[in-house]
Amino acid sequence: MIIDLERFTATEKPFWDELERLLKRVEDDPACRLGLEGAARFHYLYQRASAGLARLDGLAAPPEFRRYLESLVARAYGEIHSSRDNAHRLVPRIWLLETFPQTFRRSIRQFQLAVLITIVGAIFGAAVLMVAPEEKGMLLPFDHLHGSPAERVATEEQEAGKRLAGHKATFSSSLMTHNTQVSIACMATGMTWGVGTIILLFYNGVILGAVVLDYLAAGQGVFLAGWLLPHGVIEIPAILIAGQAGLVLATALIGKGSGLTLVARMRLIWADLTTLIGGVALMLVWAGIVEAFFSQYHEPVLPYSVKIAFGVVEFCLLVLFLGRSGRGGKVAGRG
Amino acid sequence: MADQTTTLQIRTPEGIRFSLVLAGPTSRLLALLVDFACIGVASTTISTVLRLFALISQDIFMALTILAGFVISIGYGIVCEWYWQGQTVGKRLLRLRVMDEQGLKLQFSQVVIRNLLRIVDSLPALYLVGGIASLTSRRCQRLGDLAAGTIVIRTPKVQLPDLEQLGTEKFNSLTAYPHLVARLRQKVSREEGAIALRALIRREELDPAARLELFRELAALFRSRVAFPAEAVDGVSDERYVRNVVELLFEQRGR
Repeated sequence: MIIDLERFTATEKPFWDELERLLKRVEDDPACRLGLEGAARFHYLYQRASAGLARLDGLAAPPEFRRYLESLVARAYGEIHSSRDNAHRLVPRIWLLETFPQTFRRSIRQFQLAVLITIVGAIFGAAVLMVAPEEKGMLLPFDHLHGSPAERVATEEQEAGKRLAGHKATFSSSLMTHNTQVSIACMATGMTWGVGTIILLFYNGVILGAVVLDYLAAGQGVFLAGWLLPHGVIEIPAILIAGQAGLVLATALIGKGSGLTLVARMRLIWADLTTLIGGVALMLVWAGIVEAFFSQYHEPVLPYSVKIAFGVVEFCLLVLFLGRSGRGGKVAGRG
Repeated sequence: MADQTTTLQIRTPEGIRFSLVLAGPTSRLLALLVDFACIGVASTTISTVLRLFALISQDIFMALTILAGFVISIGYGIVCEWYWQGQTVGKRLLRLRVMDEQGLKLQFSQVVIRNLLRIVDSLPALYLVGGIASLTSRRCQRLGDLAAGTIVIRTPKVQLPDLEQLGTEKFNSLTAYPHLVARLRQKVSREEGAIALRALIRREELDPAARLELFRELAALFRSRVAFPAEAVDGVSDERYVRNVVELLFEQRGR
């Protein structure tokens, strides 16, 4: 069959031009709604362009023709067959009170695993410090933790929080950005079949275990609780949730026994990963503010009992929020 | 190394096949460099604007600068790719676009995941992991693309060829010999016809010497297949001769 290209083009070009105009309209404005009539016309034009492409199949038309029609059909195909999620119509309240806790609970096994890895790391860190206290400098990457806990407590209680005067906001934003980066890394390294996530969680556990043992051994348990709890009860779970997201990613990547293809498995977790890491970022903003503006004040400025009580209340609220919030509400869909 | 492909074939539910041209690592790297420059400029500009806060408090200025720098570096790709449907400034300049690997539009979560996973792709330095992944994966995907189910395609500006170049309204001296026209259609392959048609459509883009040479060769090829009588071809230039042949080849029979 030989096609009369000129006649074919003369007949079809007005439809292609109309389709191109419609495509430009919907591409330029993602929130654009065509209405029922407009959508029907759009679909008709897409089918007509598709039919034109099919007519060119196997014919000796110049490649430019095919490329032009292919690009038109590809763009229209993307518009017609996609159901784009409405991220710009996100309702923050529903996302926070329902979607995030529901997503957290849906992957609770990965969270439990993240907790277990951190605990193993903490035991290892504490054991190393117990066996080889001279390795404290290597175990703890922060300079202010290298010295004697008793000396630090004495110094900071004497300073009465003046150490950070004029730098609290900077300190707070540094904490937020650093911790968020660590959390993103914890989630993203799930792409290494979970090895990177496990290493990061374990390492965090090592630091935590070593610090806790160091302070407890020095008889500074109250100071430690007062210093760590107000921000730690949010910051540590945030890192654990980031680890949970990394393990969710790793589980989908390994996909043992799921019977689905890799692409299908990944599609199922996209929304969960985004929700989890969004929740983590929010938690870390709160933790950063608390750490800079509250945790650094010690007795006599702030009684340790108040700080510990604050931390305990925060932790209880967090447990309630993650465990109960959004129950009975509409379950957020996956993928 | 995986059997890499330069195009992604999509078959629609309507049974239509079309292909998307995948972007190579070089163009993607260039787009990335442009994006880095954009992030640098945006961070510097915002930092300069935020300097006004230093008049109130140096602490607040520093805090806002740190936060703004972080938000820009993380959010640039996410915001651009979401609102520009898979494009950043660098990708726009290089005519690249991120797409779902099934040819569909991007979901917000896909945009977020592919951008957050840059942290792994950039390990240990200079995007080594991402570079190796895109060189070895079948569809030139870095790890972020593999996780988010995305591909980066080339979107060159494609326009419908100008058929006015064919000039088919002009007199065609070969039509007077229908039996030879029928033989010509038998002897000239579809591919040869397509090459001649393409040459005619693009003739204005050719260098004059190359244009003469190309049409001389094409005319010689067609003359070797079917010899028209001298009165039909005398005084007809090579280019005109090729135009006449193409018209006969592509004209619908029985018109």
